[in-house]
Amino acid sequence: MGSQGGFGQSKEFLDLIKSIGEARSKAEEDRIVINEIEILKKRIIEPDIPKRKMKEYIMRLVYVEMLGHDASFGYIHAVKMTHDDNLHSKRTGYLAVTLFLNEDHDLIILIVNTIQKDLKSDNYLVVCAALNAVCKLINEETIPAVLPQVVDLLGHSKEAVRKKAVMALHRFHQKSPSSVNHLVTNFRKRLCDNDPGVMGSTLCPLYDLISEDVNSYKDLVVSFVSILKQVAERRLPKSYDYHQMPAPFIQIKLLKILALLGSGDKKASEQMYTIVGDIMRKSDSSSNIGNAILYECICCVSSIHPNPKLLESAAEAVAKFLKNDSHNLKYLGIDALGRLIKISAEIAEQHQLAVIDCLEDPDDTLKRKTFELLYKMTKPSNVEVIVDRMIDYMMSINDNHYKTEIASRCVELAEQFAPSNQWFIQTMNKVFEHAGDLVNLKVAHNLMRLIAEGFGEEDETADSQLRSSAVESYLRIMGEPKLPSAFLQVICWVLGEYGTADGKYSASYITGKISDIAEAHSTDDMVKGYAVSALMKVYSFEIAAGRKVDMLPECQSFIEELLASNSTDLQQRAYELQSVVGLDARAVESIIPMDASCEDIEVDRELSFLNGYVQESLNKGAQPYIPENERSGASSISNFRIEHHVPSGHSLRFEAYELPKASVPSRPPVPPVSATELVPVPEPTYHTEFHEAVAPKLSVSGTGSSEIKLRLDGVQKKWGKQTYSSSSPSTSDSDIHKTQNGATKRDVPSSLSSKARDVSYDSRKQQEDVDPEKQKLAASLFGGASKPEKRPPASHKASRPNSHAADKSNAEKSGPSDGGAVKASPQPPPDLLDLGEPTSISNATSVDPFKQLEGLLDSNEGTTAPGSSSSTKAPDLMSLYGDTSLSGQNIGTANLLSTSSSDANLISDVSHAPDRNGHGTGSAVTLSTPLSKGPNTKDALEKDALVRQMGVNPTSQNPNLFKDLLG
Amino acid sequence: MGIRFILMVNKQGQTRLAQYYEYLTLEERRALEGEIVRKCLARNEQQCSFVEHRNYKIVYRRYASLFFLVGVDNDENELAILEFIHLLVETMDRHFGNVCELDIMFHLEKAHFMLEEMVMNGCIVETSKANILTPIQLMDKAS
Repeated sequence: MGSQGGFGQSKEFLDLIKSIGEARSKAEEDRIVINEIEILKKRIIEPDIPKRKMKEYIMRLVYVEMLGHDASFGYIHAVKMTHDDNLHSKRTGYLAVTLFLNEDHDLIILIVNTIQKDLKSDNYLVVCAALNAVCKLINEETIPAVLPQVVDLLGHSKEAVRKKAVMALHRFHQKSPSSVNHLVTNFRKRLCDNDPGVMGSTLCPLYDLISEDVNSYKDLVVSFVSILKQVAERRLPKSYDYHQMPAPFIQIKLLKILALLGSGDKKASEQMYTIVGDIMRKSDSSSNIGNAILYECICCVSSIHPNPKLLESAAEAVAKFLKNDSHNLKYLGIDALGRLIKISAEIAEQHQLAVIDCLEDPDDTLKRKTFELLYKMTKPSNVEVIVDRMIDYMMSINDNHYKTEIASRCVELAEQFAPSNQWFIQTMNKVFEHAGDLVNLKVAHNLMRLIAEGFGEEDETADSQLRSSAVESYLRIMGEPKLPSAFLQVICWVLGEYGTADGKYSASYITGKISDIAEAHSTDDMVKGYAVSALMKVYSFEIAAGRKVDMLPECQSFIEELLASNSTDLQQRAYELQSVVGLDARAVESIIPMDASCEDIEVDRELSFLNGYVQESLNKGAQPYIPENERSGASSISNFRIEHHVPSGHSLRFEAYELPKASVPSRPPVPPVSATELVPVPEPTYHTEFHEAVAPKLSVSGTGSSEIKLRLDGVQKKWGKQTYSSSSPSTSDSDIHKTQNGATKRDVPSSLSSKARDVSYDSRKQQEDVDPEKQKLAASLFGGASKPEKRPPASHKASRPNSHAADKSNAEKSGPSDGGAVKASPQPPPDLLDLGEPTSISNATSVDPFKQLEGLLDSNEGTTAPGSSSSTKAPDLMSLYGDTSLSGQNIGTANLLSTSSSDANLISDVSHAPDRNGHGTGSAVTLSTPLSKGPNTKDALEKDALVRQMGVNPTSQNPNLFKDLLG
Repeated sequence: MGIRFILMVNKQGQTRLAQYYEYLTLEERRALEGEIVRKCLARNEQQCSFVEHRNYKIVYRRYASLFFLVGVDNDENELAILEFIHLLVETMDRHFGNVCELDIMFHLEKAHFMLEEMVMNGCIVETSKANILTPIQLMDKAS
């Protein structure tokens, strides 16, 4: 319909497009475009260009920019075309301008006037075109120029205009919230608009507003719920349906909003339960769009106040996703699982094998998502496996952005959950070795601090063990080529502080190593600085211990080099070293005491050592000193005002206030109280509000945002304890074994394998032909059990008094989770505890083909239904036929149930045969096209004929250009 | 924000349509298109239709020789975006009739007009094909 036979396009234009379309390489394309630029530069300035021609020129400019070349010479012509009276020209002009210019471009000022005029136009299409431009081109400064008109248009009689006006206002809110703060009530009004399009678009600004300030919109929960209900009940016009789903995009937006509103709000959540449950029940899991809604429901369920029934159906949906063959659904399943485990951790255990499959999948997207999930479910018992995996993966990728992210996650997990010192040091070494340049420098400093402070105040030996193991590992690793600077700094620092501390290594050995580092990295001043300071420490510890210092020749030359260094910092360090080495033992000891990096240096701000002198002066009749802020009560207030309230230069007032209040020179309680009383309150309250608002946000998104901020004080304590809970004696481990074994046994008899199992771990292994490696991994990730070969006794430290308590807590911890698993067992689905797939395999091979068939038909109903309808109802065909990937997924679900058994496969083949016919037989397809697109075939034919006339043939260079996209 | 950009790129990596909802310079656009097209074109049919890139995600779908790539924020529903792409293609198909790559090339401005109706400020605002196409049909009649 749209394209009139001849397009009204010139041969020149068609030729250009043709040559671009047939260009074989980027270089060829570039040549064409550069040539085109030259032509356009000449043509576009010719006088009296016909409108149609000009429009083409502008589109050619769009091509030039789209293909990566500068077309700024023609911007002004696009701007001029927005003045055109012809609607098509005008809209093309606006389009080009929005594509070319950003909102701060100089030419915008020339367009604002046109926009203002067009907003007043009688033709609603002109108004719409202008509103489109408003959304793209108006910046903070120009908002006032169009704001009143946009607000007027919110009440326009045409729904298309109202919709765009809402979005323009939304844009203003994005750009400068303060400019439209007084207008946000308009969004509430538009939510009740008669037109579903306007209502739907109003959800966008409301979503933004609600995510900024949830509490002001709680009253809308009822409205949103009722809208969602109406949508789900198909009360919206048919044209909003997409693949038999009523307005799915609006449903999804509404679910997102409900998730925000219900988060942490029981009352609000209760209003949503029914509708969310209804939608989950109704949603059609055989189509992409149905699954998209289902996924959004899961997100909503996991965000709002938990409801057991909804959680149950969410868990079922997740299971379906994970078992599907489609990677897209697996991806969503993993993501949804990550959301659900926040509420109930045991859900993950049912899906261990599916998760591990995703982890080992060659598809990078899936793998990353799975790592994200693992990160969320890390606990002391599985941290080693997870972090090791993460590091392996980190080493294998090149993408720096993601490498940084995963490195900081490794560091975070290691610090929170490390089971032993050695492991921690080794892990950090690996992270630094492979991503040292990417992690934040703070991480390096934290590592140094952690090594210096140790982990348990009550146990010095553990700390010194940690330090010597760090020293040892660093001595081993420092020979590696290409260590990142941050890591070398850590190494130098640790060697300097603790290299000789345990007496294992001599000072000359350590200093030799340090100067090796300095020599190997002679271009890195930071490393050299750390190295020379380390040398100084080693030497002064020697001197303090009463030993004679023999400076190695290489150290000597290194220091001499630094004495003449261009860097004043290095020079100073070198000179300091020189003079310290020349001092006697007592002096050195007080300058650089042993292991004092954590001692607080106390700065005596009161200068109390001067007290005697002051007293003496007072006695001699000197005036006592009154601190500036106590000299008068008023002055402190005015001070405050100046600082916080009136930024502009009001410093003169300071004196004016002093006189009247002079009577209150030194009454201690006065200054603070009066200050808060007198100063207008907004400041402080604002601050507290701000904090309140921010704090919860932080804690919610904590996992993501706190990657670099490592609060060591809190972590440290946690760390110490966790050491025990995880590296607890094997007795508690075997306890877990037994209980788990018991649980599996309980449900195993129903499945086939009733072979004798003596040892729990073996039984798991035998159970099915699932790769034992995977099982092991699963067990170590999820169960925390079956790690017999791990934890050599060496890693256990001398026992601390509280270790038993920790053991207990660990046992208790594992208790409930087992209980949960057992509870889950009576549920109908065969896959309990874990090993979902294997059990179903055993089912398939053994007896229950009927059950299988049932399941199959169930899951296929969705597929076959549209398939059969396709033969009767023509309009449906389009959607069916465009959806190759969809049906692919349905086969997936079918296959999943049938797994490997061949007869089941047969069934699934048969069951989706109608589907195949749908795509396969060309006749059905071609039949459908005239029906659904009536007159267009003629158009298309004409088009083809014309295009061929121009010399573009399907058989020529790029036949793809003619391929139907939906074919 | 939601949607950051919509790209149509053919198998050879040549851009056929580009719409950004946040401003990027020519250089940035060029670099970004190169990077993500390389990333997406290297993937096979079985793999996810989603790719993480820097701090956002790309949802892509292939139709004949043409790839549709949509860059979205991390909290966006990927599967819904995937279907949004399909809706866009269906809409173009309804307008052009058996839409092919060349249709989009010859009528680049119309493809943009449709997008302008469907997406504003990076949000999906219209999903009714009739509503999307009416202004374009009216415009054709007028000129």
